[in-house]
Amino acid sequence: MDTALNPNHIRFLLDGALWTLVLSLMAFVGGGLGGFAVAMGRIAPSRIIRIVVTGYVQLVQGTPLLVIMFVTYFGLPTLGFSISPMFAAGLSMTIYVSAYLGEIWRGAIESVPRAQWEAAECLAMSRAQRMFKVILPQAIRIATPPTVGFSVQIIKNTSLASVVGFVELTRAGQLVNNSIFEPFTIYLIVAGLYFCLCFPVSLLSRRLERTGSARARNLEALSA
Amino acid sequence: MSIVVLDNVKKSFGAVKVLHGVSFSVAKGQVMALIGASGSGKSTALRCIDRLEQIDSGRIEVCGHQVADPGLDLRKLRLDVGMVFQSYNLFPHLTIEQNIMLGPVSVKRIPRPEAKGIAAEVLAKVGLADKVTAYPEQLSGGQQQRAAIARSLAMQPKVMLFDEVTSALDPKLTGEVLRVIEELARTGMTMIMVTHEMNFARRIADKIVFMHEGKVHEQGGPEILTAPATPELRDFVSNEL
Amino acid sequence: MILDFTPILARWQMLMDGAWLTIQLAVATTLTGFLLGTLCAVARRSQFRLAAAVAGTYVEAIRNTPFLVQIFLVYFGLSSLGLSLSAVTVAIIALTINVGAYTAEIMRAGFDSIHKGQWEAAETLGLSKVQQYWHVALRPAMERVYPSLSSQFILLMLASSVTSQISTEELTAAANFIQSATYRPFETYLVIALIYVALSLAMRVVFWAISMVIFPRRRRLGTNL
Repeated sequence: MDTALNPNHIRFLLDGALWTLVLSLMAFVGGGLGGFAVAMGRIAPSRIIRIVVTGYVQLVQGTPLLVIMFVTYFGLPTLGFSISPMFAAGLSMTIYVSAYLGEIWRGAIESVPRAQWEAAECLAMSRAQRMFKVILPQAIRIATPPTVGFSVQIIKNTSLASVVGFVELTRAGQLVNNSIFEPFTIYLIVAGLYFCLCFPVSLLSRRLERTGSARARNLEALSA
Repeated sequence: MSIVVLDNVKKSFGAVKVLHGVSFSVAKGQVMALIGASGSGKSTALRCIDRLEQIDSGRIEVCGHQVADPGLDLRKLRLDVGMVFQSYNLFPHLTIEQNIMLGPVSVKRIPRPEAKGIAAEVLAKVGLADKVTAYPEQLSGGQQQRAAIARSLAMQPKVMLFDEVTSALDPKLTGEVLRVIEELARTGMTMIMVTHEMNFARRIADKIVFMHEGKVHEQGGPEILTAPATPELRDFVSNEL
Repeated sequence: MILDFTPILARWQMLMDGAWLTIQLAVATTLTGFLLGTLCAVARRSQFRLAAAVAGTYVEAIRNTPFLVQIFLVYFGLSSLGLSLSAVTVAIIALTINVGAYTAEIMRAGFDSIHKGQWEAAETLGLSKVQQYWHVALRPAMERVYPSLSSQFILLMLASSVTSQISTEELTAAANFIQSATYRPFETYLVIALIYVALSLAMRVVFWAISMVIFPRRRRLGTNL
């Protein structure tokens, strides 16, 4: 039996880190699409849609991601859906991310000055035109820093996919540990790899926040 | 006997020289008005006296404390010096009474009941006896500034510094604050005030120090405001009036 | 497939015990985490370079790694030091370390937002640095960042579910046990999801009530959160 950490183990961990990135990307794309729908639903003209979507957000934001993982991975098969760890993890992350990104984006859309809506309305644009041509381009600038910031949460939270057996970085660490039992060393390496994935994104979000707040001041000055 | 002495004080902020060797002194019981255009360094000079800014060179002595000494016990300096700011700086989460009791209780370790008595006394002095339980934001600007003066008084300082304390107030509220300061002057309190109120300075100050471009340009009794010796003070006075 | 909640509701007591431990974990670590985080915020703002650097490193390390990995590190780290602590103790330590870092950032922003004049007024009254933080800055800073703080502590309560992975017998662990006994995972996890939602809402109410007590100005003005 192999009892020391060797290059193969490291390679296995790096593979895991790659899957962490893949899952993060899936979560970001899936959660981004879902989040857009949530944001639109939260400001929809229809009261019923607003209530339903608000309920969804409350439900997801009030439930631990771990429990969402368990519901999809253990729960859905008993309802007759067969499901792979990857699909369960991807679906859970999508549900989770959509609620949080949706709220971030709604906030961004609502922070576009009211006068912009009214100006667009005066130009006889339809609601969709107003949204896509006037409001969203401005909202995207406001939303970018917090969205990048939330991406760090996404990367970190993919670690919970390990509990449903998806072999990403944390699960890879557990598997290596099962063969050599050096838990502290291994989880230190795993933590270091997560740090390498997350820290650049954190720095980026902080830089965007700094330039973003300067731009927001300019925007305010313009619309004042 | 001088209670505050500045001797060739120099101070820069980065590359900007603000004080180019300022010297003046204030005797015990004297009321000094520090005047000058904005940017002349008068507020900085005042802030140096209470070590809110550390000077680059020169000497400041206040009530026997060597203010520039890095080893100075700041607590002792601040027990002797009170300061009132343009923006009042009352603590918004504390009532007026709590604002006033904070220093006596936390710094001077005066028992609460006694500190309460001091608070009542100083509030009566500034005409706010009925505002004990009010929060700062419930008061007008003039009342807030009077409360700030009371807070400073409660520490029983030997010298009080006033940094443009009426600049944020409209004329009517300015009047009520100036009356409190005038009353204080009459009790023999040593005071240094940075001010733009020329009439007020002429009426109550024993000594006027006019600063110009980081230096004391002219000083003397209140009469220098009516008969300035230098063209700079003449210009300044005519602009202010 | 028909949903059947009866076997889960038959084990209601177990869920309640789990939820009670979740509540205890949340309350305990909200307090310890707030304390740690506030101290770190003060350290990061201090003139002592070393203290600021240590606090900064801690905050970055925690904020850029997953809680699950942190809890494994604490669990195996403490046991390799020869300390055999109960799962609940390890959970409290790990949750405190985790939320302390987030709280540090929030409170730092709060302290930074205190106007310079407030510090100067406190300074000229002769208050020491500690007294300035305690009497002058703490409450207004908390008041300003209170929404972020309370959200953070609700996320902390949700994160406590992860401590089930080191066999802390809180709500999620109880659900894991029940689902393996009843073969009703979907219903089980649905039920605890709702319990978590209820706990989140309850925490919101509690935080609102606390704000009414500790921020008298807010109570008086009737400002809502």
